[in-house]
Amino acid sequence: MKGRLSRRDFLKTTALMGGSLLAGGVTEALGYKEEFPVWTKSYGVLVDLTKCVGCRSCERACNEVNKLPPPDRPFDDASVFERERRPTAKAYTVVNRYETEGGPVYRKIQCNHCNEPACFSACPIHAYTKTPEGAVLYDPDKCFGCRYCMIACPFYVPAYDYWSALEPKIVKCIFCYPRISRGQLPACVEACPVGTLTFGRRPDLIKLARKRIIENPGKYIDHIYGEHEVGGTSWIYISGVPFEELGFPTNLPKRPLIEQVKGFLGAVPVVFTVWPALFGMCYAAVKHRSETKEKEDKK
Amino acid sequence: MNHNETMEKPFRSWFMEKLLNGMTWPEYLRSLVTPFNIFAALVLIVGIPVIVQRFVYGLAAVTHASYEYPWGLILGWGLFGGVPLSATGFVMATAYYIFGFKRYRPLVRLGVLTGFMGYFFAVVYLLVDLGRPWRIYYPMIVGFGTASVLFLVAWHVATYLTVQFLEFSPAILEWLRARRVFKWATFITIAMTIAGIILSTLHQSALGALFLLAPGKLHPLWYSSYIPHFFLASSIYAALVQVIVVSYLCARFLRHAADSYFLESLDGLTLGLAKGAVVGMYVYFVLKWVGVAHDDNWHLLTTPYGKWFLVEVLGFVLAPALLMTLGLKTGSLPIVRFSAFYAVVGILLNRINVSIIAFNWHLPDHLHHIIPPLKEIMIVITITTIHILIFRWITTRMPVIRQEPLEEYQH
Repeated sequence: MKGRLSRRDFLKTTALMGGSLLAGGVTEALGYKEEFPVWTKSYGVLVDLTKCVGCRSCERACNEVNKLPPPDRPFDDASVFERERRPTAKAYTVVNRYETEGGPVYRKIQCNHCNEPACFSACPIHAYTKTPEGAVLYDPDKCFGCRYCMIACPFYVPAYDYWSALEPKIVKCIFCYPRISRGQLPACVEACPVGTLTFGRRPDLIKLARKRIIENPGKYIDHIYGEHEVGGTSWIYISGVPFEELGFPTNLPKRPLIEQVKGFLGAVPVVFTVWPALFGMCYAAVKHRSETKEKEDKK
Repeated sequence: MNHNETMEKPFRSWFMEKLLNGMTWPEYLRSLVTPFNIFAALVLIVGIPVIVQRFVYGLAAVTHASYEYPWGLILGWGLFGGVPLSATGFVMATAYYIFGFKRYRPLVRLGVLTGFMGYFFAVVYLLVDLGRPWRIYYPMIVGFGTASVLFLVAWHVATYLTVQFLEFSPAILEWLRARRVFKWATFITIAMTIAGIILSTLHQSALGALFLLAPGKLHPLWYSSYIPHFFLASSIYAALVQVIVVSYLCARFLRHAADSYFLESLDGLTLGLAKGAVVGMYVYFVLKWVGVAHDDNWHLLTTPYGKWFLVEVLGFVLAPALLMTLGLKTGSLPIVRFSAFYAVVGILLNRINVSIIAFNWHLPDHLHHIIPPLKEIMIVITITTIHILIFRWITTRMPVIRQEPLEEYQH
C-alpha cells in the first residue's frame, strides 16, 4: 500500500485531525490523485514554537513507537537541556532549549521531510524515497555507507550507526510512515500535550500558519520556516523569535538543493559527445601533419 | 634474451628473474634491509592492526564517528587529495598520444602508472571509509541514483581505473613478454586515451561538484558555482607538477631501475612540464578571483576565513607559480623542482580546505572537531606507505622508467 492513501484511510486521518480549518481540504482530497509535483498534496506538521514547553513527551513517544534503544538519560531528566543536542543513531528526534531575551524557547528537531530532499539527490544508489504522503524514507538494504546524504542534508539530520562493523546504517525520522499510511497520527504529534504540533496537509498547514501570524500581531515573527527553504519542507515552523536564535540554518537557498547541481549534471552529456569529436580531431590533425611532413621529407 | 628462450627456462629461473630482480632469495632479502624499508615495516606493524580494528569494531573505533563531519581525513587525503594528483595519467597520455608531444615519451608510462596507482588507492581509501565496503558495486547494479554527483564519480572512477589499467597493460605484458595481447593493447591506446579525457574531465570536476549540494555548510569563499571548474583546472596543473615530483624522486631513489634515456632527458622534460604547469597555475589563480568576484564575496576576505583563503590562494597557488617562473627564467632545476613540490602541497591544502577546514566552518568548536584522531592519521600513513611500496615494486620490475629491448615487437 506504499505510494498513496486509500479514501477510507484518508477519511480516518482527517477525522483524527479534526479542526474546521482542515475540513475544507477534505472534498479536494477525496479526488486525490498522484500528480506532479506530488508534495502539493502531501502531509506535513506545523510546529508552533511558541507553544512548546519542553516536556519531551514527543521524544518518549517516538522512542516507544519506533522501538529505539533506551535513551542515555531518562525522558524526564531536564539536565539534557544544558547542551544543544541533535538526532542520533539512537533517537529520531530531540528537543533543545534556547535562551532568548523573552525567556527559554524549546525546539523539536527531526527530519523535515523536504519536498525535494538533498539526501535523496545525493544518494548514488537511490536508497531514499520521497513518498506521496510526504515522508522521506531510507532503505538500509541498498546503502553502502558513503554518508554523502549526511554531507548534503542542510539540517544535519541523518545520523549514522558508526559503531556497527557489519550493518551500519543511516538513522533518521521516518515521519511514522507505517502509522500515517494507516491513517494514524505520527507518534510525536499524538503525544504532544500542548498542541505544539499540528498534522495535516501541507498547503492547509501553511494557511493555518499564516492565519496564526496574522491573527496574533506581535506574537510571531513574519516567517514560516520551511515554506520556501530548500524548496519547502513537510515540517514547517512558526516562532516568536528569529529562527537563527534557535539554531535553524538561515543561509539556505529558497530553491531545492538539486538545482545547485543541475548545471553541472547538464554538462555531462555535452562532454561525452563533444570531447571525442574534439580530441579525435586533434589526434587526426597532428597525425596528418606529421605524415605530410614525412612525405615532403622523402621528396 | 628472446621470447622462446624465456619459455623454455624452468620456473625457478623465471621467478628469480621477474620477482626477485635476478637475485637469489638470500640476496634479495639482504637487499631489502634499508633504512626506508625498516621505517616502512614499522609503519605497517603499527598501522595494519588499526585497519583491522576498523573492520572488526566499526568506523567508530578509528574515527570521530561524527554526525556533522561524516567525511574526515581518510577521504580528504585519499580521495579528494589523491585524485587530482593522479590526473598524471590522462594529462601525459593526452599530451603524448593526442597532441603529439613525442619528446615526453620517457614520462608517459610513469604518468600512467602514477595515475593508475593513485586511483587504485583512492578506491582503497574509499573501501576503508565506506560503512559497508562489500557493497561497493551497488551503484552499478542495485540502484541508479542518476541525479547524484557521487553516482557519476563512482561510475567514472571505476571505468577510468579499468582504462588506466589497459593503458598501463603494455608495460605488464612487456614485463611478462606476452606478444599477442601486447599488440591488442597498443591498438586501443587512442580510444582509451580519449575515454580517459572524458572520464577525467567529468570526475575531477565532479569531486568539486559534490559540494554544490551543501551551500549552507561550505564557507562561501570556497563554495562557488565555479567549484567544478576549480577542481578540473587545478587537477591539470596538479598532474604536471606531480609528474615533475615523482620523476625526480624516481631518478633520485630508483636510479637503478631507470635507463639512460629516462635519466638524460629528465632535466629538459622537467623544464617543459614546468612551463605548462606555470600557465595552468596562473589560469587557476585568476579563475579563483573570478569566483570571488562572481559571488561578490570581497567583504569576506577580511574575516578569519578570508585570511585563510588568502593564505591558500596567495601562499600556495601564486607563490609556487612565481617561484616556478623564477626557476624557469634562471633555468634552475632545484627551484623548479622545489616549486613543483610546493604546488603539490598547495593542491592538497585546497582539497583539505574544501572537504574539511571550510566545511561546517560555522559550527561551534569547528577547529577542534576537525583534528583527526591518531588512529585515523595512522590509517592514512599506513595506506600511503603501502602505496609507495607497491609503486616501487612495479617500477623496479616493469619497464616504467626504462625501455626494455623489445623493439622487434614494435612497428
